Amino acid sequence: MSIIVRYFAAFREAAGLAEEHVDTTAATPAALFAECVARHSALERYTASLVAINDEMAGWESELSDGDEVLFFPPVAGG
Amino acid sequence: MKRFSVSAGPIDPDGFRRALVDPSCGAYVQFEGWVRDHNEGQQVLRLEYEVYEPLAVKEGLLIVDEAMERFEISRAAASHRSGLLELTDVAVVVGVSAAHRGPAFDACRYIIDQAKLRLPIWKKEHYANGAAEWVNCRHCAEAGHAHHP
Repeated sequence: MSIIVRYFAAFREAAGLAEEHVDTTAATPAALFAECVARHSALERYTASLVAINDEMAGWESELSDGDEVLFFPPVAGG
Repeated sequence: MKRFSVSAGPIDPDGFRRALVDPSCGAYVQFEGWVRDHNEGQQVLRLEYEVYEPLAVKEGLLIVDEAMERFEISRAAASHRSGLLELTDVAVVVGVSAAHRGPAFDACRYIIDQAKLRLPIWKKEHYANGAAEWVNCRHCAEAGHAHHP
């Protein structure tokens, strides 16, 4: 299935891009992130803290669907 | 006043007090987060906040609504900056008015604590030595922590 992956802050800098379209069989954000780390080795140094799907906060074991936009957030630091 | 907003320009802290005044309230608590000149032994010159606004606003509103439900308060609002900030600039404001001070303190604390945990906001500190780092991610990188899960 086709998924849009978006990276923010440190993830964007580590991956070297803000967004990519991927064809994947990953069933969950956790599996998808592992694929992203395999493609962009600099991501390996970072911990992913939160994930969102289609602008809704989601769990790492949520089910992915064709056409989803998955947002990977590095550890947040507001305030 | 919006219950939660992301502001690209300076936040007026006094505006919160004016907007949250309520004749049924005997207490008003306001928290301001400021840009300080040091962090973990480094001299900080300025910082920038990256905000993913669609979700930050959605989650920020949810946090304020949760505080309204959990505590005996009358009104609450919060705002967070985005973009480049200089020392002493106001980064975040939370204001809560209530009949009594206890719930006002508790709700204010709840909102700022949850905001720090849940809002998709990232802080990059610019240091006197010319370096710039995303806060928190530096620790991950140095500690060599594995990514989730």
